[in-house]
Amino acid sequence: MGNQPLLQLKNLRTSFRIQDDYFAAVDDVSLTVNENEVVAIVGESGCGKSALALSIMGLHQEGRTKLEGNVNFNGRNLLSLSTGEMNKVRGKDIGMIFQDPLTALNPLMTCGKQIEESMTYHTSFTGGEKKERALELLKSVGIPNPGRTYKQYPHELSGGMRQRVVIAVAIACNPSIVIADEPTTALDVTIQAQIMDLLKELQKKNETGIILITHDLGVVAEMADRVAVMYAGEIVELADVHTLFENPLHPYTRSLLNSIPSTTDEKERLHVIQGVVPSLKNLPRKGCRFKNRIEWMDDHEHEENPVLREVEPDHFVRCTCYKNFHFPEEK
Amino acid sequence: MLKFILRRILIMIPQLIILSVLIFALAKAMPGDALTGQLASSPKMDAQTLHELKQKLGMLDPPYVQYFRWLKGLLHGDMGMSIIHQTPVTQLLAGRMENTILLSAAVLILSYLIAIPLGIVSGRWTDSWADKMVVGYNYITFATPLFIFALLMLFIFGFVLGWFPTSGSVDIRVENGTFSYFMSKVNHLILPAFSGAIISTTVTIQYLRTEIIDTKIKDFVKTARAKGVSESNVYTRHILRNSFLPIAAFLGYDIVSLIGGSVFLESIYGYPGIGQLFITSIAQRDFSVVTALVMISGLATLVGTLLSDIILSAVDPRIRIE
Repeated sequence: MGNQPLLQLKNLRTSFRIQDDYFAAVDDVSLTVNENEVVAIVGESGCGKSALALSIMGLHQEGRTKLEGNVNFNGRNLLSLSTGEMNKVRGKDIGMIFQDPLTALNPLMTCGKQIEESMTYHTSFTGGEKKERALELLKSVGIPNPGRTYKQYPHELSGGMRQRVVIAVAIACNPSIVIADEPTTALDVTIQAQIMDLLKELQKKNETGIILITHDLGVVAEMADRVAVMYAGEIVELADVHTLFENPLHPYTRSLLNSIPSTTDEKERLHVIQGVVPSLKNLPRKGCRFKNRIEWMDDHEHEENPVLREVEPDHFVRCTCYKNFHFPEEK
Repeated sequence: MLKFILRRILIMIPQLIILSVLIFALAKAMPGDALTGQLASSPKMDAQTLHELKQKLGMLDPPYVQYFRWLKGLLHGDMGMSIIHQTPVTQLLAGRMENTILLSAAVLILSYLIAIPLGIVSGRWTDSWADKMVVGYNYITFATPLFIFALLMLFIFGFVLGWFPTSGSVDIRVENGTFSYFMSKVNHLILPAFSGAIISTTVTIQYLRTEIIDTKIKDFVKTARAKGVSESNVYTRHILRNSFLPIAAFLGYDIVSLIGGSVFLESIYGYPGIGQLFITSIAQRDFSVVTALVMISGLATLVGTLLSDIILSAVDPRIRIE
């Protein structure tokens, strides 16, 4: 596995304007994605995962968003690029797979044309070469009849097939990084597994780095090399996948893992994490952001200004509250 | 597709029959007839002659006899005689239809020429000063009735400034077929066409603006940007194409106005077209003209809806007519 860093986020902060104030949806995120590595970003809805993905791509609505920090890629800070320069990176070096294949494709364009579109911008292929490549891509994403699908419109395909087309669009120009924003959330379970297998296979074959955004821990276990757990815009724990599942430290990570329903304990109540992710406006700006959801713990067990700290080699945790954390039922 | 169109045309037959009964009944229900106003007031006319005249014209036959006589004529392309104009209705309409189509087409084209750029600007740069101006323009044109606006235009540009003729469709002194005849036609067209176009832009602008605002936050637009598509192509290839769908659907209905003409515009500008003929024929109880015109615009409406469906299925692959 290549260990060359491909994409480095440094203290990335993404703030949205609400009325006249800016509120950070992604706060102080530092993360490195190496060549040929799958980094999963996990967290509940509203914790800033998608906002992080869009920040890397520079796809936030202009004028309403403030981006701070660094997104280093190929020796350049993507945040400082103009739209025109960024357009040369998007689709060519970084591809993106979106969550909902039902809405991610233009309903008025054939699948083939949508796959070819990025080649128009990033390659000097002729029409024939583009078509050839598009058919090859359709085949590689497991479309049974590429020639037919090439001419079909998105509405003529099932959700799983459409997601395959979306993947083909994302990898059309062989990007070195693919950001997959919950690529299977909108699909049913059997299709989810197929799509994940496909992503894994393509990743191995093309040696792409993948940022996999998901809330499905099963997917994480299967796919990821490293995992960043996000809560309320911050990374609260970062470790390789084995460490994270065998020795989760942060209370949030442990709560997440604890919420996976087990098939062995029958008739037991499901574990839930009490409360919801605080909204952007009500986010505690000081102290441990997870404090309100583990109220049984004393305040002094939290750090005043928690930072992401390396607690063992390559295992990072935010806030000291993990040290004495226990679930209330364990008391 | 062909089967669908054929079926739709077949459905039109009972629709047109019902329409013809309604039109005929309503026209007959109007008080008075063409002869009453014209001749009855004349001192030379006595009740006896009037009665004989009516008998001769078939006005005293039972209504169903009159209806079937009229229907039979219609099926043979004969829409009857205009009592007021003393000419066959078909001949009367032919001359006016040309003017009406000319004016309506000018109104339509101008209206789209104004509305589409304005709609795109205000949808693309929402909340900019340009958008605010377009929205302001929309409020004003939506609130202004056509007959007030047309009168105002006529007064300012026709009478006060004297830039354009104030009535008619062509200068009677120029010879048919010459270049100056054509220029005179255009000159007579400008004022009514602009008045009609400006007032009719509202719906198109508003539709386009809302569609663009809705479309530009859709996921597939994000996909397009993520592919590295340049901003201008994101608009032309992705957002605008999708935003034009409802506008395209309206095109079919526009054909109705193309034939029906505008009663207000033609009356105010003294423009000899279908709309003006319609209004005067009602006032003069010229039944054959009124029924013929309503029949024609009824047919145009039916054809227009069919045309809209066909256009929509042509531009939107999701709508396929089976």
